[in-house]
Amino acid sequence: MVPLSYYLVLSGILFSCGVVGFLIKRNIITIFMSIELMLNGVNLSFVAFAAHWHALAGQVFVFFVMVVAAAETAVGLAIIIAVYRTRETLNVDRVNLLKL
Amino acid sequence: MPIWPYIVASVIKSAVVLVVLLTAVAYTVWLERKVVGHIQNRWGPTRVGPFGLLQPLADGLKLLIKEDLTPPHVYRPLYIAAPLIAIIFALTSIAVIPFGNPVVVFGYSIPLQITTDVNTGLLLILGVTSIGVYGVALAGWSSNNKYSLLGGLRASAQMVSYEISLGLSLVGVLIMTGSFSLRDIVDAQAGHFWGFIPRWNIFTGQFVAFFCYLTAAYAETNRIPFDLPEAETELVAGYHTEYSAMKFAMFFMAEYANMITVGCLATLLFFGGWHGPVFGPPIVQAVLPVFWFAAKVFVFLFIYIWVRGTLPRFRYDQLMAFGWKFLLPLALVNVIATAIAVTW
Amino acid sequence: MLSVHLILFLAFGAIALAGAINLLAQTHPINSALSLIAVMAALAGEYLLLGAEFVAAVQVIVYAGAVMVLFVFVIMLLNAGVEERTRGSRVALLFGIPGTLLGSVLIAWVILQHSATGSVTAGAWGDRVSQLSSQAVPGSPETIGPLLFHEFLLPFEITSILILIAIMGAVVLASKPPSAPVLPREGN
Repeated sequence: MVPLSYYLVLSGILFSCGVVGFLIKRNIITIFMSIELMLNGVNLSFVAFAAHWHALAGQVFVFFVMVVAAAETAVGLAIIIAVYRTRETLNVDRVNLLKL
Repeated sequence: MPIWPYIVASVIKSAVVLVVLLTAVAYTVWLERKVVGHIQNRWGPTRVGPFGLLQPLADGLKLLIKEDLTPPHVYRPLYIAAPLIAIIFALTSIAVIPFGNPVVVFGYSIPLQITTDVNTGLLLILGVTSIGVYGVALAGWSSNNKYSLLGGLRASAQMVSYEISLGLSLVGVLIMTGSFSLRDIVDAQAGHFWGFIPRWNIFTGQFVAFFCYLTAAYAETNRIPFDLPEAETELVAGYHTEYSAMKFAMFFMAEYANMITVGCLATLLFFGGWHGPVFGPPIVQAVLPVFWFAAKVFVFLFIYIWVRGTLPRFRYDQLMAFGWKFLLPLALVNVIATAIAVTW
Repeated sequence: MLSVHLILFLAFGAIALAGAINLLAQTHPINSALSLIAVMAALAGEYLLLGAEFVAAVQVIVYAGAVMVLFVFVIMLLNAGVEERTRGSRVALLFGIPGTLLGSVLIAWVILQHSATGSVTAGAWGDRVSQLSSQAVPGSPETIGPLLFHEFLLPFEITSILILIAIMGAVVLASKPPSAPVLPREGN
């Protein structure tokens, strides 16, 4: 059988890929996608622990994480559209002044 | 069941179902042209073979040998991948659909389903439908053409909106059955009331859910009256404007394969699947449920084509308003009513 | 040792990792979005391996099939082009990648050191699950449903209000700003 630590290592690697993406990417949509990658990594470790400790609460928590991620995506993308409409750019380095 | 007979049986079942499905897709096109022709007081294809029955063959040959033109400024990886995505996911959902009772061959009891009976069969079909949206959206965007982009965006927004009503209309059936497995849902519809009315879900209270499901399915498969994204008079040809020959044929086949999947699901969930009068010697008894299933799916395809020939199409804002403001509340009310009826 | 479970775990894990690294390596956001969809599909496979069939289905239907469609929509609508390299991104590359690599190697080493006895097996599940019929697989909708509506009812209702707020917020934020009212002309 597959040891729990394998799942946790995979989850950790996915999470760190998300962190790296959040730090190095300049396009705001790609940054947002790195956040989603982080959330997915965390979901994997939730489900792995739920299977390991035979506690279904882990899977229910994943369900809630997905719901919250969906809500956050909707609002975040709406903000991105609003930013694009005023600044005409999606590069975070260019959105660095409060003045237009 | 031991592993090697299982693999051999699955491969044979997949091959048979694939061949039957692709032939059914081709002849659904023929059926559509004939029926719409007769509705419009003309003949439809009559020249190629008797009653135009070889017309799909001629069409397939034409699409195969036609020049497959790739316009220069498209985003090539997605341009080629989009029709593949569309057709792969259209054909995948057939994998969990059961066609009849298990048959006994060489001592092994083989279920008439490509996979064995999956606990969450219905959720898998909904998932595959959700992924199918990408074929349309990516085709529209990668074509580098404003009509395609608009058509693709509209089509995918429509499909995502009506997916919700589709899923909710099925929840009534699930409450009554208590299982996501398609075989369990059909088995729960066995038997008759008062000796002759079959205990199908449409007669035991899911009437509203059935019409909700059918309407949402028409919108999911981008068929009239919801086919604005691919209407010739509105958007050139929508998301498949820039596609020719085989890639266009794949979109076409994906659309008709989706229609067949919708018909199969409707018969399984609301019309009792393969239940029907069974009589005769054992070999006939094994084949007859599959025949009833195919007959019911044929009725649904006919209704699809009938509606296509009769109704005008919705404007896009009417379409979205209908989906969100009428169909979704109706499906919710159906869920609540079914839940109340089941607990009492 | 080399069971089917391990092979499938490695296969899905490889796809997930390839997708994650591709997300970082691609410059056009649409390629990153498609790699993220591949990651989510691979993770759905991993959830199935862990026996969480409802969560796997919800991952495909909601996350890969709706949330990512939203991302793809926005990328198409805003016509996001290829990323450009700026000074900030070069600095972040210089410090971010080694730093995160170091951190993740450290975490992985600590986890594998303490990997102890745990292995994902079947066993006795919690109280509520054992009350249900013995045929219900833990992780199937029959077992998660009662949990959602009994123990976790309050979070369930709060998340539904959260979604309502998110819908209203998204509609307000993304709608066109109201144009200046046209003043009536004098005369006439």
